[in-house]
Amino acid sequence: MRRSMLFLPGNTPNMLINGGFLGADAVILDLEDAVAPSEKDAARVLVRNTIRYMDFRGCQIIVRINAIDSSFWQRDLDEVLPQKPDLILLPKSGSAQDILAADEYITALEEKLGFERNTVGLMPLIETALGVENAFAIASASSRVEALFLGAEDLTADLRCQRTKAGREIEYARTRLVTAARAAGVDVYDTPFTDVNDDEGIQVDAALAKALGFTGKASISPRHVEVINRVFSPTRKEIDYAYEVMDAIRLAKEQGRGAIALRGKMIDAPIVARAEQTIAAAREMGLGREERS
Amino acid sequence: MAEIVRVASAGTLESSDAYVEIEPADEGIEIQLESVVKAQFGEAIEQAVRETLASCGVERARLTISDRGALECVLRARVETAVLRGRGES
Repeated sequence: MRRSMLFLPGNTPNMLINGGFLGADAVILDLEDAVAPSEKDAARVLVRNTIRYMDFRGCQIIVRINAIDSSFWQRDLDEVLPQKPDLILLPKSGSAQDILAADEYITALEEKLGFERNTVGLMPLIETALGVENAFAIASASSRVEALFLGAEDLTADLRCQRTKAGREIEYARTRLVTAARAAGVDVYDTPFTDVNDDEGIQVDAALAKALGFTGKASISPRHVEVINRVFSPTRKEIDYAYEVMDAIRLAKEQGRGAIALRGKMIDAPIVARAEQTIAAAREMGLGREERS
Repeated sequence: MAEIVRVASAGTLESSDAYVEIEPADEGIEIQLESVVKAQFGEAIEQAVRETLASCGVERARLTISDRGALECVLRARVETAVLRGRGES
């Protein structure tokens, strides 16, 4: 389960070593924007050692490498891939070709290291107008792609518009990415809310992302993690309803009935699918009926 | 054997980090350590530094280390980066 993903600068030890204690479902160890060009070599070694020796307490580990048009990305992968991070976040993914190039390099490294293919997943970061327009092609370019990730700061610079808290300027990108990711059968993550002191703003922004269909949301501040986790977790009411749906389905099958109604509403396939997703999420959080009994 | 050919440094003086300077030496490994935990962990820190140098193939170098409470994995990373830079490889 990945509701929250917290960025940690790749060359800052006092943040990296606390990564497992900040409550996020995943940490993104950043070798790109958070690291000055003169320190890329140092960050690479530090991130590699951190993954190798630190206990992230069940947190998924994602590494943001440098973009494919930089001179750093292959050395980033050489250093971190042997540590088997869960995902590689590929910035400025603009086309299926970018994904294929990264996939080819990762596949060769996995073979060399004796890893099974797709041991390490790929999450394209969509942060250009071209990337948004190519979102489905990017999401379906390789079986290694597990999720799309919207990066609104660079995107709005590329769109030549102001980034605002209300986010109207990224409405199209948000819905486009959710649709593309779901069509390709992968997860999709929303851009961070960058005002770390606006507690109400993060709540509103996270709730909007959930309502649009995002799987979860990234954060640049540990302060936002708890809100994101709460917003993207099913509520007790949703969990109870999901179990009621599944119980109604079971009962109807036993009685040989085709059409099923619950609380006066017909239960159709999408409702069942949503109930199954809710129960799966609840069980992962230890809130499923089986875990409670 | 990997030679240190120039003066180089890595790391910072921030909390949980270490600042490592490396320079060429005629023979052996010489380590000068400054750390608030030197009395308790000085030997362990020096051993980690020597192991890292050995794994990098460095047999001759002079190091000055200012430790700010770095964990071993951080210290090893900073020493390794200083070595790479001292060899002119990064």
